[in-house]
Amino acid sequence: MTAFLNQCFSGLAMGGIFAILALSLVMIFQATALLNFAQGEMAMASTYLAWQLIQHGVPYWLAFVLTVILSFAAGVLIERLIIRRFASAPVLTVVIVFIALVFIIDSMVGWIFGYQLQEFPSPFPEHNWFNNPLVSSHQSGILLVTLVVMSVVWAFFRFTTLGLAMRAAAQNPASSRLVGIKVGWMLALGWGLAAAIGAIAGMMAAPIVYLDPSMMSSLLLYGFAGAVLGGINNPWGAVLGGLLVGVSVNLVGAYLVGTQLQLAVALTMIIGILLVRPSGLFGHTIVTRV
Amino acid sequence: MTILLDVKGLKAGYGPVEVVHGLDFTVEDGGVTALLGANGAGKTTILRALCGMIRREGSLLFEGRDLCPMTTEEIVRRGIAHVPDGRGTFTGLTVSENLTLGAYVRRDKAAIADDLAEIFALFPRLKERLFQQAGTLSGGEQQMLAIARALMLRPRLLLLDEPSFGLAPLVVKDIFATLREINAKRKVSLLIVEQNARAALDLADHAVLIETGTVALAGPASLVSADDAVRRAYLGY
Ligand SMILES: Nc1ncnc2c1ncn2[C@@H]1O[C@H](COP(=O)(O)OP(=O)(O)O)[C@@H](O)[C@H]1O
Ligand SMILES: [Mg+2]
Repeated sequence: MTAFLNQCFSGLAMGGIFAILALSLVMIFQATALLNFAQGEMAMASTYLAWQLIQHGVPYWLAFVLTVILSFAAGVLIERLIIRRFASAPVLTVVIVFIALVFIIDSMVGWIFGYQLQEFPSPFPEHNWFNNPLVSSHQSGILLVTLVVMSVVWAFFRFTTLGLAMRAAAQNPASSRLVGIKVGWMLALGWGLAAAIGAIAGMMAAPIVYLDPSMMSSLLLYGFAGAVLGGINNPWGAVLGGLLVGVSVNLVGAYLVGTQLQLAVALTMIIGILLVRPSGLFGHTIVTRV
Repeated sequence: MTILLDVKGLKAGYGPVEVVHGLDFTVEDGGVTALLGANGAGKTTILRALCGMIRREGSLLFEGRDLCPMTTEEIVRRGIAHVPDGRGTFTGLTVSENLTLGAYVRRDKAAIADDLAEIFALFPRLKERLFQQAGTLSGGEQQMLAIARALMLRPRLLLLDEPSFGLAPLVVKDIFATLREINAKRKVSLLIVEQNARAALDLADHAVLIETGTVALAGPASLVSADDAVRRAYLGY
């Protein structure tokens, strides 16, 4: 029983990382109907930045905050300098740009930091909180961080005018301009938020998967599975989807097929969901009367 | 009467195709100008051009400033609200959120609250449906919401693209009565595009008849509605 619960909790913790990644994917998808394949590499680059700061003696949480802020800025810059130029290009062109970004970021980070695995610290204590036998403090810490990220993002979109403007710009760009919203900047902001959120996922994942330029490539696929499972147009669905994917992949890996097939399980889930329920478990279609 | 909007030589179109070929017309401060014309004459295109939603050239003086070099967002900030073709409501957002967005460029919180109260007095139905998704409203309610959203800007000039479109006659009557009140009490000037020429000429002090992107006839609304050709083609008697 303890072993089973252990598996559940470690799945839930990984699921937290997938959930944050899924949230960052949804952030851009909602505005542009595009999946940013480079989201994982951007998160990886952010994590290297945090690592570098920590190496230079910056305290963990200061490095964390700095990384989130700088990643936000980098996300905005990427949209303003690169993505915006392809705003009216065919989808395939944009996909190629995303894939190019993947390889550019990957090789730049490899060139600067090398390809060897690095240890990345966890901000949470070594021993389990309250000496519980089930869940390590890093695992519960991830879930805590997931909860905080979710709440902050939710509150931003629900209660601030800027969040409302971003939702409006994503739904109806023409009408948004007519109320004075600068739609282009809303897209850039979406990229900034996605990059900042992704950076958090990277920093939470690195103590588990170690730091190296390819650390995010499979994690992003799980995040993608979570987003598709929950509903790619619904941030909360995506978060729930991420958690579900984490638990189910971990359990299936531990008890049914072995860890080597975990990614295959996630990909099978993606295909299955797209076949059976393309809008995802919690994806919604808006009712419109004319 | 002073002139609020003075359009001279407006040309506009889509891509390489020019649809509006050099138009002149004006909207007086506090006045109502109606743009009439058959389907496809270019009326919607004129409103889009004024708001900078499409490529355009000419002199578009609004309170003495040329709108031509401005972006849509800047034009909105000058106090021009547009209820576009198809209403432009944010159907996935609530009524309340739509109204909040209408005041997006304003910073005068207290005055926004006053305007909201006035708008609920004008459109009590919207107050009942405040937290309903806008897409679930009836056609008439959506048109009211579109106008209310535009008023939340506290505009100097309100552009309306066929506010009667697809609505039952009684609802149309309601909406035009409200527009008259908005013009008279809130001192909002109107530029209104209509297929329903009778309702529009009733409301307007000036009318401009558009034919294939040019002005065919313009003048005081009473004179335009007395014109034989207009009567036969648009008023049906
Ligand atoms: N988005 C568009 N792209 C290309 N041509 C358009 C577009 N919208 C309208 N047109 C053309 O412009 C002309 C005028 O249309 P429009 O301004 O909508 O007329 P109206 O509003 O008077 O019915 C029509 O010939 C129409 O086909
Ligand atoms: Mg039209």
